Parts: sequence; structure tokens; C-alpha cells
Amino acid sequence: MTNQNSKDILIVGVGGQGTLLASRILGNLAISQGHDVKLSEVHGMAQRGGSVVTHVRYGSKVFAPTVDAGSADIIIAFEKLEALRWIGKLKPNGKMFVNTQEIAPMPVVTGAVAYPSDIEGTIANEVPGTVFVDALSMAKQAGNAKAVNTVLIGVLAKHMDIDKQAFLDAIKATVPERFLDINIIAFEKGYNS
Amino acid sequence: MTKKLMLGNAAFARGAWEAGATVAAAYPGTPSTEITENVATYDEILAQWAPNEKVALEVAIGASFGGARALCAMKHVGLNVAADPLFTAAYTGVNGGLVIVVADDPGMNSSQNEQDSRFYARSAHVPMLEPSDSHEAKEFVKAAFELSEKYDTPVFVRSNTRLSHSQGVVELMERADVALKPYVKDIPKYVMMPGMARKRHVIVEQRMNDIKEFANSTELNKVEMNDTAIGVITAGVTYNDVKEALPNASVLKLGMIYPLPAKTIADFAAKVDKLYIVEELEPFFEDAIKAMGIDIIGKEIFTLQGEYSANMIAKGILGKQIDSRDAGVLPMRPPVMCPGCPHRAVYHVLKKLKIMATGDIGCYTLGALPPHEGIDMCVCMGASISMATGLEKARGKDFARKLVAVIGDSTFFHSGITGLVDMVYNGATSTVMILDNSTTGMTGHQDHPSTGKNLKGDVAAVIDIETLVRGLGVKNVRTVDPFDMKALEVILKEETAREEVSVIITQRPCALLPQVPVLPALHINDTCTSCGMCMKLGCPAIERHENGMWINETLCNGCGLCVKVCKFDSIKKAGE
Ligand SMILES: Cc1ncc(C[n+]2csc(CCOP(=O)(O)OP(=O)(O)O)c2C)c(N)n1
Repeated sequence: MTNQNSKDILIVGVGGQGTLLASRILGNLAISQGHDVKLSEVHGMAQRGGSVVTHVRYGSKVFAPTVDAGSADIIIAFEKLEALRWIGKLKPNGKMFVNTQEIAPMPVVTGAVAYPSDIEGTIANEVPGTVFVDALSMAKQAGNAKAVNTVLIGVLAKHMDIDKQAFLDAIKATVPERFLDINIIAFEKGYNS
Repeated sequence: MTKKLMLGNAAFARGAWEAGATVAAAYPGTPSTEITENVATYDEILAQWAPNEKVALEVAIGASFGGARALCAMKHVGLNVAADPLFTAAYTGVNGGLVIVVADDPGMNSSQNEQDSRFYARSAHVPMLEPSDSHEAKEFVKAAFELSEKYDTPVFVRSNTRLSHSQGVVELMERADVALKPYVKDIPKYVMMPGMARKRHVIVEQRMNDIKEFANSTELNKVEMNDTAIGVITAGVTYNDVKEALPNASVLKLGMIYPLPAKTIADFAAKVDKLYIVEELEPFFEDAIKAMGIDIIGKEIFTLQGEYSANMIAKGILGKQIDSRDAGVLPMRPPVMCPGCPHRAVYHVLKKLKIMATGDIGCYTLGALPPHEGIDMCVCMGASISMATGLEKARGKDFARKLVAVIGDSTFFHSGITGLVDMVYNGATSTVMILDNSTTGMTGHQDHPSTGKNLKGDVAAVIDIETLVRGLGVKNVRTVDPFDMKALEVILKEETAREEVSVIITQRPCALLPQVPVLPALHINDTCTSCGMCMKLGCPAIERHENGMWINETLCNGCGLCVKVCKFDSIKKAGE
């Protein structure tokens, strides 16, 4: 259901890519802005390299923890094929941020089917204005391939009307101390991309 | 007052802590696992993993009899295992409060069935509460402890995947100062043999009548009067979907879902024009409310399968269709065994030898998927071993020469041991493979009786699987590193040929355990002939591209299994 009172964000990717951390950063960000928040996460079976989706909803009062079809304001995709898979969740005027990384699912690995060609073109056609970034390269430049999540948070921050410092504070509140430096660099790379 | 964003499961744990609980026991199971992991972070609570849910509940029952407030958490199918103590603990009642959190999994995000645990509440005569968000998760556990002691009964709190694994804002409170209750010997109450149980059953029915009265007055059930054209009776996470879909409707939100508040329901029904029941997943409220003679609409418009959503409810009740984009048909992305997973080698060898396997529940169940398709059946924890016995009974000893049962180490402790005892006792002759990866993998790395650590992270006694198996009377026991695929192949041939029960323990830690080194990624050089041998491993890091094989360096952890199967020596370490 499209809900005027809440902001609905979907974070999609492949199990193991770190989507959970990204949703928790956004959860802490929303709390710091005085909102009611609900996050829905994926634990268990699907984490083993499967398709994963975490939901972030915030606003004055949030009931359901999940984002329905046709109602996401924003989709952040950690992987191209997953971006396309979850496109049905987006509102008509919703926005997408897509990491251009490709991770072959098992049916592609075994050669049973091909990885779809020109996913970027298909998405750009369906959702004009989609932002595509090579977050993996930026994360590697920042010092750790696992920092894709904070790169993407940086990209998102640039497009949202919430203070940059609030994002940085939310990262500090969420990321373990020993990984903080790399994640801040990664965030800046995304923000300045 | 401190407010905190909290996972539903962390909130259940916090509730037990605030309620003054001092004992918790559980066996892991998605989506309930993090409840007990979080309980273990509180110093005041003695928390433990038990080998299975039956043992866990019995530990909690003993603690309750001993005067402590005790918590036991499990997933829905875990309750099947714990059902035996449950039904009789309903008769004995409690001393210290006893709360059982049971987490259902509509949509089967991580489960083998979609069973609705509310029926256990009804058939065992145990009251059940159902919270709708993290804050209620905490508060309802506290309410459940109060009810448990007030009415001398175990109390259920029902969760599901969406509640257990979603985060919501919780108001933190102090821990109640609850003294250990005195233990008083009371044979008629605690020794359930027929003469005493008959008397306790009378008490159980009286208690249920009292709780039915309580249900009509408790604030756990909430009436939200709005526009009276549409009324909805609902509970738990589904309540939230109803509020999103029908912000103007009148709602009776049930917090106590068994026993039902008959009077509250009748009063609410009288005030609305049309009454809908929205519940995941079985018509549990619906059947009971229909039996009260109330006119309702439920499962004729709502499904018995999968998770509910606001869109679905809006469509069912208002006929409102929400438009959305269509992604078309895309390659699926099923979960896979991780790069470096020790189970992969086992399935590779089984496939090579054309051996059929009965399967069990854990990461190794993923061996049923392509390219291995290495297990033929999987029903519940422990069933691999007993089903192999049954197959042999049905099809004879020759059939057992190409048959193995594949079971994980944690699952073996959970319910595989009794199946193996049965094999020895009844002379079965197939081979059991215990895939010992030194952890409970599927549910996220919990310790178990042979890992040498307990839930609190302290050093624990190690139950050596090989010694245990020999102790059960199995004469042929072999232990092998599955990555030594040549040795595994020889052992498998020898042991399956033998007309006697054998156990093969494949020992190699899960690749994701912190003690397992991540080696630099491998790469494929230009001597590769694209023969596809390495692809047979089904490693997500190896991909076939137009110009040959390619290793994805962000996924590869250098385990080297592919180096062993490559006939052309084309897979190399970094720098080679
Ligand atoms: C009765 C029951 N309890 C709990 C579970 C949840 N569960 C699924 S697999 C698993 C453990 C698997 O561990 P192990 O056998 O060691 O195999 P691994 O995943 O490590 O390969 C658990 C606890 C379940 N499916 N059924």
C-alpha cells in the first residue's frame, strides 16, 4: 500500500553482501530524525548466497515492517539482477540506486540459463533517472570490498534532504569501531561520486 | 526512559530479563534463534543450548518446578519435538513462571512446512499471547510470566518470521526483582501418573474457564472503534498490515489468542456491519468464531499459504488493485553452499559413485539442488537415518549397498542418535555419513555438544562423535577430511559394500568459522580447456564465460577444491 505518512526503502542484494548493515544504518538515521521506524531483515537459509531483501520504513507512525508491491520510495540494489527482480516494489515515481556489480546465480553458474543482458538499459527504461554506480570499485579503493554498503549509503545521502552529518553519525552508531575508518572513506566516495 | 531500535527476538529476550527470569534453554531454529542468543548476553540469566527442543523444554520445566522464572524458545517445528513434555506440563502447571516462545514461519522463509502453532495452545490447553511488534514482544513476555504464575500454567508467546526478524522501537525498563520461589515437594502436582493426572485434568479445565473470563477483561486485547462499516478481528504482525490497508476500519486486535475472549468478540461483532477475520495462516479464529454463531468472512477471500500483506488485504476486502511494474521472468537465485563449504566435496564424491542419499536438515540440504541433486528425500531433523532403515526394509540389503544417510553434526545430536541405535539394534546395513563441520551452520553458527564451547562462550565438555558412535555398538567407524576426496571415495566404496552398519564422519570446519583462514583467491590460466569439470562442484565462485572458465575473486576463498578436480592443472594460486 502506498502510504503518504511513511518513507519506504528497500535494500536488495545477494546473501553475504552486507545489506543488513545498510538497513541498520538507515534505521539509526531515521531514529535520530525523530521518526518511528521499522526494519525487516533476512536471517537464516536465504543468507547463503540467495536473493535477500531488507525493508526500512520510517515516519510519524509505522505499522507494517515490510514494503509492499508498488510502494517503495527508494530501492537500493547491491547487485544488478536483484535490482531488476525487485522492481515491482517501486512506486510509480520511486527512485533507484543500483550497484553495477554482477553476481551470477547458480542457474547461471551451471549454464542452465544466461545472466540477462543489458539490465541497466531495461531498468533505465522502466525507471528513468536511476542512478548506477560501480560501488565495488569504490569500496576497494576505500580499502575493503565489503564496504559496498557504505558507498551506497553515501550515494543515497547525496540524493536525500537529510543532513550529511546525520548520515555520518548513523554510520558511527552502527558500524563496529575497527571498521569505521574504511566505512567513512567509502561513504565519502559514494557521496562525492 | 530509554528508547532503542530492537530486533523482535532481542525484545523477547529483554522481556525475559525485565521479568526477572533466571533460566533459559533452547535449541536453535530460524526464526527463533536470536532470542536465546540475546538472553545469553544477560549475566543474570543462565542460558543454555540443549541438544533438542524436548530437552530444552524439560530443562525449563525443571527450572520452573525449582522456583525460577524460565524461558524456552523454539521454531514452530521445534514444538513438535517438544510436544511430549508440553502436554503434560500443562497438567502439572508451574512453580516459577514458565514461558514458551514459539516462532512460526508463514511463507517458509527458512522452514520445511508452514504449520500454525496456535493449535498446540488449544490441544494442550495452554494460553497463548501474540505480540505485533518489538515493544509488545518485550511486554507480552512479561505479561506471560505474570499469567503463568497467576494461573499456574505454562504460557505461550507466539512469534513469526516478520516479528522475530524485524526491528522496532522499544522502551527499555528495569529488571523486576523476583525472588526464587521455595521448592515444596508436591507429588500429586508434579508426578503425573494416571491417578494424579486425572485430578490435575480437572484443575486444567477449571483454569481454562478462569482464563476465558480473564480474556474478556484483559488489556492485551484491544478494541479500536472507527468507521463501523467494516470490522476486522486480527492479531500479531497481521494487525499492522490491516492498519495499513484499512486505516478507517474498526479493529479488534487480539493479544491473547487462546483462549479467545468470547464476550469481547460478540460485542465487537454486534457493533460492525461486516466482520472480517484476517489471520496467518489457518482459520483458527475463524472456526472458533463461527462456532459462536457469528457471521464472518475469512478464508473464502484469504489464503492458507504464504505471508499476508497490506496490498493483499486491501484487495480482498476493498477490491483495490495496486499497480506495480513487472520484472518478467528472471533467473532464480536459490541459496547455495558457500565457497569453501566442506559439504560440497561430500556431494561431489557421492555423485561420482552414484550413491543415493537420504537427507536431513541443515546447510547440507542444499545438496539437493543442481548441480549435485545429491539427496533424494528430506523430511525432518534426524529422519535421514531412520528413513534409510525403512528404505532397506522395503527394498532389501542389495539396495542398501548404494545407500547412505547424510546428517549434520548438530542434527545428529538433536535426533540422529536414536535412529542409529535403531539401525544397530535392528540390524540395518546402510551407511551413515555425519557431516561434522564443528558447528550448527544453517542457523548461524551455534555451538553444540561436540564443539567444546557453551552458549555463554565458556569452555564445555566435548562429546566426541566417534567415541559416541562406537559406544552405540557401531563397529565400522571411519573419520576422514572430505577435502581428501580420494580417501573419501575409497572409504565410501568399502563401507557401503559392507553388509553391516557403518558410520563415516567427514570432519572439516565450516568455511565461515572465524578460525578457518581465508586464503587468497585462485585464478584460472590459459591452459584451461573449458572442459567444465570444475563446474560440477557447483561453487558459486566459478563461472563459465564465453571465453572460458573464470573465478570470481570477490567470492573465492582459496579452498582449493577445484584445483583437485581440474585435470589440466589450470587453476592456480595468486602469483603462480
Ligand atoms: C525440529 C527442528 N529444530 C530446529 C530446526 C532448525 N534447523 C534447521 S537446520 C539446523 C541445524 C543444522 O546444523 P547441522 O546439522 O550441524 O548442519 P549444518 O547446517 O552445520 O551443515 C537447525 C537447528 C529444524 N528445522 N527443526
